[in-house]
Amino acid sequence: MQIEPITDSRDKILARIREALQTTAPKRHLHAPAGVATRGHGADDTVHGTPQEWLPPVPATQDEKLALFEKNSADLKTRVVLCANDAAVTAALTELASAENWKRVASHRFPVGHAAILASNLSVTWVDEGYAVGELESADAGITGCECLVSQTGSILVTASSSGGRALSVLPPHHVVIAHRSQVVGDLSEALAVAKRSNGGTAPAFLSFITGPSRTGDIERILVLGAHGPKQLTVLVVG
Amino acid sequence: MSALAPSTQFNRDADRVTHDLRHRGLIQKALGGYYVKRDQQKAKFNDWQEARTLAGEVKYEAINHLDKYLIQFADAISARGAKVFWASDGAEANAHICRIARENGVKSVIKSKTMTGEEIHLGPALEKSGVEVVESDLGEFIVQLREEPPYHIVFPSMHLSRQEVSEVFERKLGSEPADTPEELTMIARGVMRQKYCTADMGISGANFAVADTGMISITENEGNARLSTALPKIHVAIVGIEKIIPRLEDLALLLPMLATAGAGQPITCYNTMLGGPRQPGEIDGPEQMHIILLDNQRTRILADPEQRDSLHCIRCGACLNVCPIFKNVGGHAYGTTYQGPIGSVITPHLRGLQSWKHLSNASSLCGACTETCPVKIDLHHHLLQNRRNAVQGKPRWWEKWMWKGFDFLMTKPALYRWAAPLGRIGMIFYPIVERTPLDPMKYWTKTREFPPLATYSFKEYWRNRKQN
Repeated sequence: MQIEPITDSRDKILARIREALQTTAPKRHLHAPAGVATRGHGADDTVHGTPQEWLPPVPATQDEKLALFEKNSADLKTRVVLCANDAAVTAALTELASAENWKRVASHRFPVGHAAILASNLSVTWVDEGYAVGELESADAGITGCECLVSQTGSILVTASSSGGRALSVLPPHHVVIAHRSQVVGDLSEALAVAKRSNGGTAPAFLSFITGPSRTGDIERILVLGAHGPKQLTVLVVG
Repeated sequence: MSALAPSTQFNRDADRVTHDLRHRGLIQKALGGYYVKRDQQKAKFNDWQEARTLAGEVKYEAINHLDKYLIQFADAISARGAKVFWASDGAEANAHICRIARENGVKSVIKSKTMTGEEIHLGPALEKSGVEVVESDLGEFIVQLREEPPYHIVFPSMHLSRQEVSEVFERKLGSEPADTPEELTMIARGVMRQKYCTADMGISGANFAVADTGMISITENEGNARLSTALPKIHVAIVGIEKIIPRLEDLALLLPMLATAGAGQPITCYNTMLGGPRQPGEIDGPEQMHIILLDNQRTRILADPEQRDSLHCIRCGACLNVCPIFKNVGGHAYGTTYQGPIGSVITPHLRGLQSWKHLSNASSLCGACTETCPVKIDLHHHLLQNRRNAVQGKPRWWEKWMWKGFDFLMTKPALYRWAAPLGRIGMIFYPIVERTPLDPMKYWTKTREFPPLATYSFKEYWRNRKQN
């Protein structure tokens, strides 16, 4: 079979853009009523300040950050369980397994949770070397690590390396995250920096902020959990 | 799609929906909850207004250096193995996506929500080439089963009651009648989970295209986009060129703002950034990732500096939710992919000013859209500019003469003094033609009373007062 060369409109589009940008557009978004002093920008038409100044505030200490994470999580129906040590994580997992009658879970090897998962005697499908989609789909829960927890929004940042690939944290009906207390960061921008750092300074090819279990309001704007992804999200915080 | 002229179709549908009290009830109920949640979230910001200014600045920077950032984005994402295709219009984009499907023997596609895909009618194009397409967003899935376009860019099935959803599920999926949103959602979940595991290709849109790291960012609540982009072996993302933002860190501002403005959430449930197909060392993810960068008249908006900021739009839908016109006529009356104020502003650029200028007249110019826009697009002034441009492009002779006559009369006090009593005489005979086809004010009097002329003018009053 002869493969036809693929030509696209790259140069044409770029030429149209460059021609259009010959004229400058007014900075309309910066207009404030005359005489009104605004904090965000000065006479030189540049915006001062960083998003942190305007976004919802983040507390300073680690304890307060964890408390805000817990509060935001509760608002969005994420269950947070504080565990003093690995034994407490194992106990929490065992309790969930019996309460929900888990037959088999899927997980990967990650430092914070590995020992606790092994000690829980759950039947585990390990995905570290790859998996069959059907096996993941039929697991009762997916247990993963994460890059970090975000206090400001109650989010969990997952990446392929920290959370067992791209699907483990979204396909099984219950997503359980095990994280260390020190993994709570202030805001999204700090979280992105953490992910870059652990990937050798560049952003990994897959990043996802998870905030609460999967939800929809598409029928009469009434909240339903578990539209496609997990119906439940539990975060076990160790330490 | 009907063969009616867009303005005729708009007038007909707007008239019908405005009088539909059931529709009004559904929309009011849906939006009532939204206003409360949105205000709660806005109040959590240190300063929502300054956050808007900064978000506007980020998009201004991106759009006004679009060539530079697009090249940066394309180079960075290609470096990690994604294939980037630049399409001038919908036909070119669709042809390329159909070619990818054909070359890879794709039989079924799972699609997550993409308004850009709606804009170019990607679904029908794929179906025509023999590929099964399933919408995975619940709202999109429902309207797909009903064979109608999305009602709202963010809430596609906002106009439907649970009974209507149950009815279409019974008819198309053979499911049992259900009367809670929960049961109905679970029916869809059951259908969809099999599709994720078996589809050959996943198609998504993108909310943002990040230039510095070469990633697309997808915002959603259901998890359908994550599944559609993780499980099938090919992922195609259709991205309008205006979706670009300069830096990954900009998302720290834009993601909370998009969710707050769009749905009254602090952040949506899943915000996923994808910078390439499965990488060495990864255990899953698509083998191929294709990015389609779509122009489709966006460079025409770019060439109009006055309205260039309409490309700053992050498609949150906030302007629809506050628009008194949208709330009365509903999303389908527009007959466009993008409804509400932003749709009325950009559709004339995308599809031709003269055929779509009527949308810019369907506005009370109250400015609620401009006030709510999280990136500060000057929406209601753009509606005025569209009106001006439409008249300049194609003046209406009778309107020109009407204003000439008005000008003539108003600048001649003597003539005006004679004309006023004449009007009062006219009022005596007016009831004879009122609300008949001969009524010169028939469009006004259809829904309103024509106010009677005053029995004397201010000038007459003043003169009499002084005499006393």
